[in-house]
Amino acid sequence: MSVSRFWRKIPQRYNLVGTQCTTCGRHFFPPRSLCPDCRRSGNIVDHKYTGEGTVVTYTVIRSASDQFEHTTPYALAVVELDEGPRLTTQIACPIEDVAIGMRVKSVFRRVAADGESGTIHYGTKFVPVE
Amino acid sequence: MRDVAVIGVGCTEFGEHWGTSFRDLFVKAGALALEDAGVTGERIDALYVGNMSAGRFVEQEHIGALIADYAGLATNNTPSTRVEAACASGGLAFRQAVIAVASGMEDIVVAAGVEKMTDVGTGASVDMLASAADREWEGFAGATFPGLYAMIANDYMHRYPLTREQLAQVAVKNHENGAKNPIAQFRNRITVDTVLNSSLVADPLRLFDCSPITDGAAAVVVVPLERAREFTDSPVRVLASAQASDTIALHDRRDISTLDASVAAGKRAFAQARLTHKDIDMLEVHDCFTIAEICAIEDLGFCKKGEAGRLTADGATALDGEIPVNTSGGLKACGHPVGATGIKQIYEIVSQLRGEAAGRQVDAEIGMAHNVGGTGATVVVHILGA
Repeated sequence: MSVSRFWRKIPQRYNLVGTQCTTCGRHFFPPRSLCPDCRRSGNIVDHKYTGEGTVVTYTVIRSASDQFEHTTPYALAVVELDEGPRLTTQIACPIEDVAIGMRVKSVFRRVAADGESGTIHYGTKFVPVE
Repeated sequence: MRDVAVIGVGCTEFGEHWGTSFRDLFVKAGALALEDAGVTGERIDALYVGNMSAGRFVEQEHIGALIADYAGLATNNTPSTRVEAACASGGLAFRQAVIAVASGMEDIVVAAGVEKMTDVGTGASVDMLASAADREWEGFAGATFPGLYAMIANDYMHRYPLTREQLAQVAVKNHENGAKNPIAQFRNRITVDTVLNSSLVADPLRLFDCSPITDGAAAVVVVPLERAREFTDSPVRVLASAQASDTIALHDRRDISTLDASVAAGKRAFAQARLTHKDIDMLEVHDCFTIAEICAIEDLGFCKKGEAGRLTADGATALDGEIPVNTSGGLKACGHPVGATGIKQIYEIVSQLRGEAAGRQVDAEIGMAHNVGGTGATVVVHILGA
């Protein structure tokens, strides 16, 4: 991923800043700049999520692309945020602890890196709520 | 709108073709299809070529022109268009060819699909295939393609009574069919234990739940039905051509375990053809992973949600079952050169309807093809009739 491509989504990747349509109230994460319900009559504003949610489904990745291979095995999940939207994220905890329905919260973590001397991609992962 | 018929089909062997290039794979499949159709190259009005990612697999874009050139059609200036919808590129190329002929714009049209995947390593291949999903918000987090389907499988198994053994039976059945298909990448029979003892790729999916990395090409020739008898005594009619889209990311789906685009494309196809499920004699579905075949059978409406595992275990989808599924061996055993798969499905159905499927022949007059892009963001469904 190029530096500009990563950089332009830093607020979204670091701090879970998504969007909301003020016309219908619907929340979006990943962010959308067009509300699929209101379309051109929608009004999109930024919305920072609380970062609490629930695991909808998950897997443990054992074989990954070159960029992630050194971190296998890792738990990958679809998490439903309490505000409604769902996202794909890693769950940073022992892989055998992950379960459907588990409560989780967001944390700031290193996600990947472009080779040994390339950009380090930080972002959001989730951990179990104690 | 004009009725459309398939008059010729061709397919290379699917496998690891270390000695054959991207363009030579296509030329081979195209030549086989034209020979089967009894059509010479200069009579072709247009080409539609399904290809997912030549740009990354062989660092070549502008595939349409390349194909036309090496098919010997550059001097005829034959129009050639690349069609891309990830793993549904082939099905979509066929649909574009059908639309071109149905509209009256073009008469003799070749639809083809080609993918050359083994010129890069497995890690790079995994990365490219992940671009069929949402690169920015799935791939960034470390999602792989098997990982996304594994999350479908876990959601499904949490909600419905599907056993790990029933899921394995999908691969066992498809290898059984592949063993009888001379173009299949894998012609070996396996058991449930083979699947359950293979290494984990993304829990609960194991190596033998996954379709392989494959080189291959396939091509078919379509013409207006009213002209089909000029070329062949056994034209195969295109009874329906349907397509549907859904969210690019799995996490945005209404239901993780239901491909709504499969449901929509299936319904549209049945409505177009004015047929019901009882009329379909065989299915070629997109089993990129074992769980995908389970979902496809259900989402196309051949049984209720949660029942396809039992149907598979009972043998209902085997060659001698009520509704044979993936007589070719499917993506699992026949192989999955992503851009070619959708055309290979048409090749298989035409072979079956013409009674040319030899050791894997089923009794069929009407067949359905189901081709999926990504985790279900594009679905293409065709119904063909003898």
